[in-house]
Amino acid sequence: MPRFFIITLMATVTVIPRLIPAFIIERVKFPSWFGRWLEVIPYAALGALIFPGVLSVVPERPYIGVVGGIAAIILALFRVHIILVVLGASVVVYFVL
Amino acid sequence: MEAHMQFKKGLTAGLPIMLGYIPIAITYGVLAQQAGLSLFELTSMSVLVYAGAAQFMGTNMLAIGAGAIEIVLATFVLNFRHFVMSLSFMHQAKDFPLRWKAPLTLGLTDESFSVASIECKPTKQEKGYYFYGAIFLEAYLSWVIGSILGGLLGDIMPDAISQSLGIALYAMFIALLIPSVKTNGRYAIIAVLAMLFNYIFNHFIQEGWAIVVATILASFFGTFITDKRPPLNDQSVGKEHKIH
Repeated sequence: MPRFFIITLMATVTVIPRLIPAFIIERVKFPSWFGRWLEVIPYAALGALIFPGVLSVVPERPYIGVVGGIAAIILALFRVHIILVVLGASVVVYFVL
Repeated sequence: MEAHMQFKKGLTAGLPIMLGYIPIAITYGVLAQQAGLSLFELTSMSVLVYAGAAQFMGTNMLAIGAGAIEIVLATFVLNFRHFVMSLSFMHQAKDFPLRWKAPLTLGLTDESFSVASIECKPTKQEKGYYFYGAIFLEAYLSWVIGSILGGLLGDIMPDAISQSLGIALYAMFIALLIPSVKTNGRYAIIAVLAMLFNYIFNHFIQEGWAIVVATILASFFGTFITDKRPPLNDQSVGKEHKIH
């Protein structure tokens, strides 16, 4: 099968799950508990995206991700702007590497 | 005028995504080219699939000659988390007209969803969809242009720089999460639960499913934790202030 055809199939199975909720929300009226559930999904998603993925920043050296992550936590706790949190954590990792 | 303002605000909010995406997209471009994909093929994957992890995986599978069905199924599993994220974001943006909602969902990734869902105020503002449109467009273009650069020029980023920027998106996720958990302990519990679930499930099921199940379960338990403060989105917050 030509590669480009496989790529379009990959796109299709990626796009459909992204797109369907726009039409679901438009048509279905959810009970309020379901709405409350959807509202806390971002915090759960952030948790799952951070850990354990952060350990594989440098796959053979998981502690690098831990150090960078702690740097980001400290900067964020001090209400540093998000861009500076990102740059600060990157600089810390640069020196630990 | 309002549209212009929202768009500019969105570009600023999306800046950390751009910073994180460009080095990863360049890496993708380099690897895809080394795996034997043409510039057209690797670019069309970024343009059409637009999902980092799935593209790295897809490139590998194409290179080792895996079957089409295998590749497509693996992509579906890995990207299914975007269904959950899209459902949550569409609920947040339910007041937007469908002609904005539908195209916005196409730009959802882990990173754009994270920024968009934490920056929830524009969903209640006039022409707020320009704010989200700007974040998503900026992220998308960074990804596509980065992968073209990687495929075209090869490894232009010094190793130490691209490795250091490997922490960038995690730092962004952390920076998005911390202010919310500081003001609401319930969000902290939900996030930590999701981390634990994801860690445990990663041992038993595919990474794609692990993240979906961890997110759904942790947020589901989270709805049972009684909330002492009114949620940020709630209109009653404003009313309360007026009364006092």
